[in-house]
Amino acid sequence: MVHWTAEEKQLITSVWSKVNVEECGAEALARLLIVYPWTQRFFDNFGNLSSPTAIVGNPKVRAHGKKVLTSFGEGVKNLDNIKATYAKLSELHCEKLHVDPENFRLLGDILIIVLAAHFTKDFTPACQATWQKLVGVVAHALAYKYH
Amino acid sequence: MVLSASDKTNVKSVFSKAGSQVDDLLGEALERMFTTYPQTKTYFPHFDLHHGSAQIKAHGKKVGAALVEACNHIDDIAGALSKLSDLHAQKLRVDPVNFKLLGQCFLVVVAIHFPSVLTPEVHASLDKFLCAVSAVLTAKYR
Repeated sequence: MVHWTAEEKQLITSVWSKVNVEECGAEALARLLIVYPWTQRFFDNFGNLSSPTAIVGNPKVRAHGKKVLTSFGEGVKNLDNIKATYAKLSELHCEKLHVDPENFRLLGDILIIVLAAHFTKDFTPACQATWQKLVGVVAHALAYKYH
Repeated sequence: MVLSASDKTNVKSVFSKAGSQVDDLLGEALERMFTTYPQTKTYFPHFDLHHGSAQIKAHGKKVGAALVEACNHIDDIAGALSKLSDLHAQKLRVDPVNFKLLGQCFLVVVAIHFPSVLTPEVHASLDKFLCAVSAVLTAKYR
């Protein structure tokens, strides 16, 4: 089980309380598809992903980004039980979606940068360290049921 | 992985905007790297790694200068960083995985100080550039 200090929990919940899940999720997913274009392989049915502008404006990208970050919020609400929180999603990503877990790490890193741009100086080194730990833990949980 | 013409323009715009702040940006990136990825401290047992350390500042300046050099010779990064490449292969031997970690922290610092500059397109270009620099620095490892 992951150990979180009181300070880490505080840093996580206080940042999360100020996150606009829809905007942040949309931006994170769009950047993932733009910065690491090979990740587009999972989204053949999303329509126009032909340029950064197309990706940013794509309604399916926005919707899916919101969905993904909403799910991330479940982990934030259950910090002491993250593996259990994502057990079913892990199976889904392995058996149905066939997503290489490396993609969870890529999205996690992108999310950090989106948060940094949003919170600027308030995204202190301690904040960054805590959130990098969190995205790593979520990525690990999503990969945990892979077989 | 190849840097397109627009990648090169994007990268140059970042360093142009950063100007003389590059030293401070890299100092901050290094500090964040040590905090976020403590294993990276193992390469600096001889450093004072406290916040504001003069050694970190000085090292930030060195790394920043190298990135600026690479940016100014973006058509031949391998040539521009050849000596640094030798140094990393023969003496420093920093495990390749760590360049990604510093790269991530540099992107975070750019996002913090220049959020409007780091559009998705510029983000992509800068990430590619940092990968290219890392590839050059580890090219002679074996």
